[in-house]
Amino acid sequence: MSVSGAGPAEARRYTKKDFESDQDVRWCPGCGDYAILSAVQKTMPDLGIPKENIVFISGIGCSSRFPYYMNTYGFHTIHGRAPAVATGLRLARPDLKIFVVTGDGDGLSIGGNHMLHVLRRNVSLTILLFNNRIYGLTKGQYSPTSELGKVTKSTPLGSADRPVNPLAFALGCGATFVGRTVDRDVKHMEEMLKRAAHHNGTAFLEILQNCNVYNDLAWNALYEKESKLQYELRLEQGKPLLFGALDDRKAVIMDGVIPKVVSAASVPASALWVHDEKNVNAAKLLADLWAPEFPIPVGVLAAVEAPVYEEILLDQEKRAVSERGAGDIAKLLTSGDTWKIE
Amino acid sequence: MSETVAPVRTAAKQLRELDRAVVRFAGDSGDGMQLTGEQFTTESAWAGNDIATLPNFPAEIRAPAGTLFGVSSFQLQFGSQRVYTPGDRLDCLVAMNPAALKVHLSDLKPGGLLVVNTNAFDKRNLDKAGYPSNPLDDPALAERYRLHKVDMTALTLEAIKDLSLNQKEKERTKNFFALGVVSWIYTRPLEPTLEWIKKKFAKNQVIAEANARVLKAGHAFGETAEIFAEHYAVEAAELPPGLYRAMTGNRALAWGLLAAAQRSKLPVVYGAYPITPASGILEELAMHKRFRIRTIQAEDEIAAVTAAIGASFGGAIGVTASSGPGIALKGEGIGLAVTAELPLVIFDIQRGGPSTGLPTKTEQADLMQALYGRNSESPVVVLAPATPGDCFYIAYEAVRIATKYMTPVLVLSDGFLANGSEPWPVPDINSLPPIDVQFRTEKEGFFPYLRDPATLARPWVRPGTPGLEHRIGGIEKQDVTGNISYDPDNHDHMVRMRAEKVRRVAQEIPPTSINGPATGDLLVVGWGGTYGAITAAVERTQLEGQSVASVHLRYLNPLPPDLGHILREYRKVLVPEINSGQLVRVLRAEYLVDAVGFNRVRGLPLATDEIYEAIKQLLGSAS
Repeated sequence: MSVSGAGPAEARRYTKKDFESDQDVRWCPGCGDYAILSAVQKTMPDLGIPKENIVFISGIGCSSRFPYYMNTYGFHTIHGRAPAVATGLRLARPDLKIFVVTGDGDGLSIGGNHMLHVLRRNVSLTILLFNNRIYGLTKGQYSPTSELGKVTKSTPLGSADRPVNPLAFALGCGATFVGRTVDRDVKHMEEMLKRAAHHNGTAFLEILQNCNVYNDLAWNALYEKESKLQYELRLEQGKPLLFGALDDRKAVIMDGVIPKVVSAASVPASALWVHDEKNVNAAKLLADLWAPEFPIPVGVLAAVEAPVYEEILLDQEKRAVSERGAGDIAKLLTSGDTWKIE
Repeated sequence: MSETVAPVRTAAKQLRELDRAVVRFAGDSGDGMQLTGEQFTTESAWAGNDIATLPNFPAEIRAPAGTLFGVSSFQLQFGSQRVYTPGDRLDCLVAMNPAALKVHLSDLKPGGLLVVNTNAFDKRNLDKAGYPSNPLDDPALAERYRLHKVDMTALTLEAIKDLSLNQKEKERTKNFFALGVVSWIYTRPLEPTLEWIKKKFAKNQVIAEANARVLKAGHAFGETAEIFAEHYAVEAAELPPGLYRAMTGNRALAWGLLAAAQRSKLPVVYGAYPITPASGILEELAMHKRFRIRTIQAEDEIAAVTAAIGASFGGAIGVTASSGPGIALKGEGIGLAVTAELPLVIFDIQRGGPSTGLPTKTEQADLMQALYGRNSESPVVVLAPATPGDCFYIAYEAVRIATKYMTPVLVLSDGFLANGSEPWPVPDINSLPPIDVQFRTEKEGFFPYLRDPATLARPWVRPGTPGLEHRIGGIEKQDVTGNISYDPDNHDHMVRMRAEKVRRVAQEIPPTSINGPATGDLLVVGWGGTYGAITAAVERTQLEGQSVASVHLRYLNPLPPDLGHILREYRKVLVPEINSGQLVRVLRAEYLVDAVGFNRVRGLPLATDEIYEAIKQLLGSAS
């Protein structure tokens, strides 16, 4: 298996600046997207890929303006369709490193169908889903991740829609890499971006992002110092699920098949739930945890190997050519049932 | 079972020469009528005839047996002269059950051959077809037609009684009996069908033996039974010399793409969602991976078109296909390709509508959708093949224009062209114009919307090209730089620029060929699958000495530059279409000519007779 987008060994040395385009960034002042843009630009040099081999594909929405600000190849497409555009690009160009930038509305509402299928196919793409639980570009209607009862311009008496959980959705679709990070935790975000970018297959990274204009502090549980300490559950491979203040450490354990929060001191080490990214079933349970009953997991929930869509298809093509030779239309036209008229 | 059967010509039976014949096989959708028709077509191709076919089947996969709506049929016309259509009225109808008789009898010419399987005319099937009594017992039927009542089921069972197959399996071979009988009536060679059976059932020798035996039994029955007084020969047609093969429209579109992939040295990424009658193209292409054809069976129509656009962005040939309902879903995506100025080929295999409409029937009512069916000003190039074989050239031309002008090209085929077949002279691949794609690699002076002065095309850059990193998208952009722009004058400029670019494709269009006098009383203008019917009707009026000509448009947007001039050379203009008058509207708007439509929207090809009558009527009103 090859890592898509890998370039020549003597990959140039880049800095963050090399990935900044000459376009004025047009997000609202204070938008969480700025931090994400900066983190992505900062992460790019570490990928070791020539920047002409990097492509950003997006749909529509605030997040989807992203490609304009990256000094790489980019395509700002139409609402919800970025995963499909990227799938076609991937089949045409197995050599490129392709990122898809989308949001909760773009990726899970109008483009929900494409998200489902790109994840189950396991196309080599790094999908960054900016989740701010609101429609920003259309000025403040509720989104598919908005909470039940959310009062917005289009739901003055509260939304009647139950929200979708992006991570549970992705895992249900058969995603092979599922992670979560937060726009205000730059270091963790950079670490997650690298992990996602190096995954072979479709990587799905939810980035909790603040819309300070229409849905300010939607993720305050992970912003405010006290509550962050109380609720953030950092997932680390091989480490037990421990969270909370050091003097009041808590653990998530399994009670039968039901996750449960207990005082860490109250259980023996053998009873702790040790995080394993290869355990997709465990990841499905983790995806549903949320405050205040539970902590909020951040990090890599699942990372597994599975057959990759374009590798299968391009391998079929390669085998067809090696077994029977490249196609020749002149031969095909004269093959089979033909007859001659003198 | 390997021996071949030469058509036996006994002195006892009179052999009559015919110029042409129209035969239709009709039965239950499970009776194998499509297969029977296809094999009869192959036999006729072997006999050297020119051929046109019309498969006609219900949308239901296995409609309830014996019902009127479950009837499936296959019609073909074969002749010793040029055959333009599958024919209007039938010379011979084979009806395998009462429902088939009821649905199709009115198309049989008075005095035509009517061959029926009497075994299926039982109380149950008569009830299902709505016959109060057995129509075969009505003496009027035998007076009006040359009725041949044959118990095909019993004769079939008798021919294979010793084979170890169950009753159902044995009965299922009766379509080969029908084929055998009709092959004898029209002196067709059995070899191609025997060969086909051998290949098709290589893994099941008993079935192969049964089918071959039943076919020969049918043939022998025709020869020896007393009921057929004569049979017919249709001499080989005088087609231009060369190598021929039978070609359907869908296969020709697929092979045209293969040719384009080979000549351009680019991979094709074909995104499609299964839909009748376009699915056959996806299935055909999926078999040809050696040509670097990468097919995606997408999750929906939108994904199919946007995946194709993504592939074009990556420097491959992006192609998508559907029928009318799917093209409607692709509209926004096609608009993206218009503004991103990327090559994109879209096949629309038209069918009856609106909505689900008549999935397996033909129509020409997507012309306006092709021209205008997107938001805002979204011009695309529109082409239309005239015959099944022409689909090959049109697909190739669509790729050539799309890549040369960096534009979407929409091809309007239809259900009739898609499934119909004709003897097709195999082209010399080197005679096709080159598809010479030059990706931009030069950094100096590069801008994403820099334009070629001749074509107005912007440069095509493959991602991966160092120094040319750039962003494109659906938002309006400044010409040349490609930067986002909301400037009013720039938008007006870009709207005109995109239109002008498509208009410039006119320089690719060869002079319009006129079938008939260059000036005269009446010009018939057609497009798409009506070519055969129009040509046959026009030539009939010409033989009568009328001053009538026809032109058939393969380029619908832009229109041929010489068309306006041609239209003015005739006193009347008639535009036959299988819609409510779409091209006629375009011609009237574009050229201010008083063109008149002839419109029937029955889900079937236009008949030569009805176009002929329409010409006569318009000529009459002119005098």
